[in-house]
Amino acid sequence: MKGSVIKYEKDNIDTDVILPGPYLKIHDYKELAKHAMEGLDKDFHSKVKEGDFILAGRNFGCGSSREHAPIALSYSGIKAVLALSFARIFYRNAVDGAFLLPIEIDENAYKDISQSDTLEIDITKNEIKNLTKSRIYPMKPFPELIGKIVAAGGLFNYKP
Amino acid sequence: MGMNITEKILARASGKTSLAPDDVVFVNVDKVMIHDVSGPGVIAVFEKLKKQGMKIDKLWDPSKVWVAEDHFVPSADKISAQNIVLLTNFTKEFGISKHFKYGMGQYGICHTLSHEEAMVLPGEVYVGGDSHTNTTGALGAFAAGLGHTDVAYVLLNGKIWFKIPPTIYFKLNGKLPNHVMAKDFILKIIGDIGNDGAAYKTMQFGGSGVSEMSVEERLTLTNMTTEAGAKSGIIEPDKKLRDYLSTRGATKYKEVHGDQDAQYEKLYEYEASELEPTVAKPFSPENISVARDLSSIELDKAYIGSCTGAKLEDLRAVAKILKGRHVKIRTEILPAAISIFKKAMDEGLLKIFMDAGVMIGPPTCGACCGAHMGVLAKDEVCISTTNRNFPGRMGHLESKTYLASPLVAAASAVTGKITDPRDLK
Repeated sequence: MKGSVIKYEKDNIDTDVILPGPYLKIHDYKELAKHAMEGLDKDFHSKVKEGDFILAGRNFGCGSSREHAPIALSYSGIKAVLALSFARIFYRNAVDGAFLLPIEIDENAYKDISQSDTLEIDITKNEIKNLTKSRIYPMKPFPELIGKIVAAGGLFNYKP
Repeated sequence: MGMNITEKILARASGKTSLAPDDVVFVNVDKVMIHDVSGPGVIAVFEKLKKQGMKIDKLWDPSKVWVAEDHFVPSADKISAQNIVLLTNFTKEFGISKHFKYGMGQYGICHTLSHEEAMVLPGEVYVGGDSHTNTTGALGAFAAGLGHTDVAYVLLNGKIWFKIPPTIYFKLNGKLPNHVMAKDFILKIIGDIGNDGAAYKTMQFGGSGVSEMSVEERLTLTNMTTEAGAKSGIIEPDKKLRDYLSTRGATKYKEVHGDQDAQYEKLYEYEASELEPTVAKPFSPENISVARDLSSIELDKAYIGSCTGAKLEDLRAVAKILKGRHVKIRTEILPAAISIFKKAMDEGLLKIFMDAGVMIGPPTCGACCGAHMGVLAKDEVCISTTNRNFPGRMGHLESKTYLASPLVAAASAVTGKITDPRDLK
C-alpha cells in the first residue's frame, strides 16, 4: 500500500467530527463520503485522493459506534489511518467491515511523518517506509485474531 | 484464580471454564438490538452479502432480537421516514416481533427500553448497534456497543468475538449528598481518568454508595462508561435490581456475581461526601469543573432528555427544582420513553414543567446527536443532561454544550447561567 499522508496533529478525533450526526440517516455511501471529516476539516473532500492515509494522535475515532465513520473515510479513498491509539468500536468496525486499516504507530513516527509525505505500508513486515524522507518506522503488529480477519478481508470472510 | 462478573458471564457464553483479560473468544449472544440508525446499516450489509452470493433468508434467532426507533423520529424528512419503512419491512421479513414502533404503544430510546421493558436480564450477553449499549450493564449483564457489520454477523451467527477486557473497579463509599447525582460522580471519574482512560476495558461500580443508589441512577454510571472509552460498564445484581425487574415482570434469570478473589486491574475509591455538582465543559466529557466555578457562563438553552438524563427519577429531580419557578431560557424536556412520559403525567410532573414555561417533547435522540428537534445555532450555549459534547454534537460546530445532571440543568434553566442547585434561591 502506497499513498500520501493527510496529517491532523490532534488527539481524540471523534466520530462526531469524522461523520456528523445529522448524516447518520444516509446509507448511500458515496453521499456519506462527501461529508467525511466535515466537523474537523471542511476541505477534506476536495483534497483527499484514492489511496491516501490519515495520520493522527491518540484515541482516534472515539465516541459513537456509527460504522458510517470508517465507511465515509473508506469511500473517500482512505486506505489506512495511522494513529497513536484507536477507540475500540472504530477500530473493530474498520477491521470487521474491511473498510480501512487502523495502524498503531509510535511517537517517533507520529512526529517524524509530515503532511503530504508518501508512505509505503507493509503489514507482512509490520513496517512503514517514508519514501519522501527515506526512513523506516515500525507499526504495532495486529493482535492474532485481528491479523487473521484483516488477511481474510473482513469478519464475514473469516472462518473461525 | 477467581473471576469477576464480566469474566464469568463471558466464560459461560463462550463455553470456557475460565477466562482472563486479553483472551480472545467468540461468545454466544443472548440479546441483540438495532435501531433506525444501525438497522438500515445492517440491511445494507445483508444486501452486500447477497450480492456476493450468500443466501440470507433467516436470522439465527429472531426471538432474541429487538428493535427500537429513536434517533430520527418523529421523521422530519423523507430519508428518515424511508428508514422506518426499511426497518418495518425487515422485521416482517425476518419475523422479529419485538419492535417498539414509534407512535404505537410503548416506544422510546433504546437504552431506556432495555431496562424499562426488561429486554435484557442479569447474566446475559447483550450487544446493540449503538455505543451507549453499555448502559444496560447496570442490570448485571455484559452489554457492549457494536457497528453494523458486527451486528449483522450476530444476527446471522448468534455469536461475536470479544477480547476479554481488564476490569477497573470504582468504589463509592457513603451516600451521595443532597443535590449530587450519579451524573456528577461519573463526570468526576471521566475527568480523573480521561476520555480514553478505560479504553478496551470494563468499568465496574460498587461500594455502599452504589448499593444506596436507585437502579435508574446506576444506569447513568454505566451509560457514560462509553465516554471513557470503555468496552462495557457493569454493576453486580442486588435486591434493588431484583425488585426493579420484578415490577417489570421479569423474575426468571440467572444472576452472575464475581468470585470473592476476583481480579481487577485497578481500584479507584471515592468518598461520596466529597463529591459536588459537576459539569463537563466543551468539547469533551473529560473537561470537567465544579458547577460553582462556572456560574458566570450564560446559557441560551437547557436540554433535559436522552438515555442519560430523562428517566423518571431524572424528571422528578427536575420537577423538584422547577416547582413554583419559571425558566429564564429556552428549556426542552423530553422523557426517554413514552411509559416514563405517562408516569410523569400521572405524578403531576408535566404540569410543573408546563407551569415553569418549559417545552415538553416526545422521546427521541434527535437533539442529543444534533439531528433534529432542537439543534443549536452558531454560538449558542446549552446545558444538557446528555452524555457527549464533542464539537458540533448538538448542532452548529461553533455551538457549545455543557454536560450536567438533571438538577444542575434545571437550576441553570431557572437562572439562565450555570448554577449549582445548592445556590438556587
